[in-house]
Amino acid sequence: MSEVPLLDVRDLTVEFHTRRGTVRAVEHIDLTLAKGETLAIVGESGSGKSVTSYAVMRILDRAGRIAEGSVRFTGLNVHDATEEAMRDLRGREMSMIFQNPRAALNPIRKVGRQIADILVRHVQAASNDAAEKAVEALEQVRIARPRERYHAYPFELSGGMCQRVVIALALACRPQLLIADEPTTGLDVTTQKAVMDLVVELTRERGMSTILITHDLGLAAAYCDRVVVMEKGHVVETADSKAIFKAPAHGYTKKLMRATPRPGVTLRDLLPEDSPSTSPRLRGEVVARSAAGEEAPPRIATVEKAPHPDPLPASGEREKDGVGGEAEPLLVVEKLVKEYPRQGAPAGLKKLFAKRPSPEPDVFRAVDGISFSVDRGESVGLVGESGCGKSTTSMMVMRLLDKTDGMIRFAGGDIGEIPAKNFARLPARSRIQMVFQDPTDSLNPRFTAARAIADPILRLGEAGGRDAVRARCEDLARQVGLPIELLDRFPHQLSGGQKARVGIARAIALKPDLIILDEPTAALDVSVQAVVLNLLQDLKDTLRMSYLFVSHDLNVVRLLCNRVIVMRTGRIVEQGETSRVLKAPEADYTRDLLAAIPHPPL
Amino acid sequence: MLAMILKRLLVAIPSLIGVVIITFLLTRALPGDPAAYFAGPAATQEAIAQVRAKLGLDQPLPTQFMRYAADLARGDLGTSLTTGQPVATEIRNRLPASAELTLLGLIISVLIAVPLGILAATRPGSLVDHACRVLTTAGVSLPVFFTGLILVYVFYYLLGFAPAPLGRLDVFFSAPEAITGFYLLDSLIARDLETFRAALAQLLLPALTLAIFSLAPIARMTRASMLAVLASDFVRTARANGLTPFTVVVTYAFRNAMLPVVTTLGMVFSFLLGANVLVEKVFAWPGIGSYAVEALIASDFAPVQGFVLTMAALYVALNLVIDILYGLIDPRVRIEA
Repeated sequence: MSEVPLLDVRDLTVEFHTRRGTVRAVEHIDLTLAKGETLAIVGESGSGKSVTSYAVMRILDRAGRIAEGSVRFTGLNVHDATEEAMRDLRGREMSMIFQNPRAALNPIRKVGRQIADILVRHVQAASNDAAEKAVEALEQVRIARPRERYHAYPFELSGGMCQRVVIALALACRPQLLIADEPTTGLDVTTQKAVMDLVVELTRERGMSTILITHDLGLAAAYCDRVVVMEKGHVVETADSKAIFKAPAHGYTKKLMRATPRPGVTLRDLLPEDSPSTSPRLRGEVVARSAAGEEAPPRIATVEKAPHPDPLPASGEREKDGVGGEAEPLLVVEKLVKEYPRQGAPAGLKKLFAKRPSPEPDVFRAVDGISFSVDRGESVGLVGESGCGKSTTSMMVMRLLDKTDGMIRFAGGDIGEIPAKNFARLPARSRIQMVFQDPTDSLNPRFTAARAIADPILRLGEAGGRDAVRARCEDLARQVGLPIELLDRFPHQLSGGQKARVGIARAIALKPDLIILDEPTAALDVSVQAVVLNLLQDLKDTLRMSYLFVSHDLNVVRLLCNRVIVMRTGRIVEQGETSRVLKAPEADYTRDLLAAIPHPPL
Repeated sequence: MLAMILKRLLVAIPSLIGVVIITFLLTRALPGDPAAYFAGPAATQEAIAQVRAKLGLDQPLPTQFMRYAADLARGDLGTSLTTGQPVATEIRNRLPASAELTLLGLIISVLIAVPLGILAATRPGSLVDHACRVLTTAGVSLPVFFTGLILVYVFYYLLGFAPAPLGRLDVFFSAPEAITGFYLLDSLIARDLETFRAALAQLLLPALTLAIFSLAPIARMTRASMLAVLASDFVRTARANGLTPFTVVVTYAFRNAMLPVVTTLGMVFSFLLGANVLVEKVFAWPGIGSYAVEALIASDFAPVQGFVLTMAALYVALNLVIDILYGLIDPRVRIEA
């Protein structure tokens, strides 16, 4: 490290002008990156990791500016360079891969053209051979049939394929520095592995330096030489990735590592050590937690715990719908099928005029005859990669989507036969509720937290006057650990974890028997995720609910679920006790999924 | 593509039938008795009854409607009572006048509004942005007859640049042979540059009046749509890859921002085509809007029905054109269609 480093960030401070005055997103940080080195910047949302990289590329938006310090790239001061000089650097010397690859590509321009644009811009190709070179670039990121894909639009490609195109864009001009900003967030584990392996291989082969920005400490340690941990705009720790896992020095790093779901820990282990853990609490008692917000629930059940054998009603109304006795599980799904018309298949009038039947069947089976059951008090994980049909299944069980064939029995009644549009008005609606993936998008931005929580009570419950509803909301808020004074805030005034709590409170407002959790923590930071997962477990025990937990994260499923169902292309590949399936998987596909989870060097 | 066009036209048939029925009923429901109007103020009851029988207005409504529908099927829109001309001929003569005026107005408007909107979006809060806001607000707040009269006053009366605002062509010129019905195009086809210049001179002021009025929706929509697209991820990618600001703004952002602009264009066009009566009045323009209004005042059913039907058909055609444009701009729309 004696020569000039490729990138040298000294004492960098980035400010943003907002309506409430100047905000410092990054304060006095130092970073160095040698040639050929891979560096990870790890931190939770708001830690300033992305802002740092934007400052390096100088693509901060209008409100942001480098207030202090310097960024030197191969000796050139990025702060003082002219805009033209920076434009020449971007894409040619330093480039970037973004989160959400589909949005990062121009939706109405052929992907090959987009690569060619950059090649022509940086004089790596003339207009007559740009197309040929763009195909080569696609070839290098191992896109099958690159010549055909040249003419594809982003919406015609899968998420992983789009990310390969974005990588091809970033590497087209063979830059010296690649910044990958959460390159695999939102991608499936197997795709994540393929994409990361590709990035590492291509950058190593070309002697490039890489900065990987991620919230996932495991991913960072598995793929990088060094790790920089950031918290609230400051660098709190810099260390070799091997060392940081063995002996994290800073408290925040320890907290982050603790909160990351991994094999061999319980839900309780995810929480910070100093959180209260022994406050005695009777079953069924309302969890009165401190108003501090993201603090831990005091009582936690472990994974190994067996499902509740006794389906005791938690409230009187529970039993009246004629529960079929203890023998039958709460939810039984048999040979469930959902078909969609295949895209581009002739429909309606056109079908009549079609000359001959199309070679492919006109329908696509998103869910292909699956059967499973959920017992009372049990939580079942539904795992698989995007497009495997897990969300479609959960939507059908939730009765938001009509099935094509098969049977859905809930608490002894065949709810599969009730059309989805009628189901919302039935009393059974209150017994199956859902927590949605995106805590922000699933709340009405014009409703306060209290109004959002009260919504199901007003629609389906016995409302019983303003004060009663308000009291119930406060009860629920206490139960999910949402400070009462936040009840009158609007969603944009709440943090991600608080919004997740509102979503959970809304789902449990009617004391349902079954809650469908559709990746409820996917949009949350790990430390918040740890708290929310513990809260969910706690609520399940208190309220004796069953969970159908839809997720792609096997480590999270491991912690929360008694049983797990692995799905692929609409079929169940494997199902069984979580510990058994994840320790000794029978299906190859499950093994692939497990192998794709990044393993930090331990 | 052809299949899509056919499908769209098939879908439009029920709405056109609906338009035929509703306009028929509406004209019958209007106050005023055409028989009394045309028999004259001094006519006796018998004379009025005679006129009514002659017009077929004494028949029950279903019979009247059947006759109207049968005529329509033969392409006969009826005859105007005030002018004595067949409605179809009148519309054929007047529609191109209105369309030429509106199109030119819209082209001028787009040429000013779209660049203005883009400039305003790339520099929000700047002088250009404020200028854009002031100009468009002023343009849309001034009534068209006022803008028209100001333009006539300044450019005809004070400066003498423009010819007298008296219709499509100065009296010393004869109209070019009708091929498209657009004087500008017809005179070019006939290679008659003199007539072209004269027709353009007549057209400029009313077109400018319309353009000033329609600047606001187009410029505002361009600005809003560009602002949204410029904040999107793929524009950031394009910037991070060092593409020039021109490429980023024009090739990447603008094409994506065009969809809402095209929709607005279609709405503004169809609105202006039927609603620029005031401009037609100020410039003595023999357009379709003033024709319809005059007929309406005279309780002259046939031209009103013909006008509404023509506008409905035009609207269907316009929407089809917009959808085709959508498909050309955005490949995702192409697949769905």
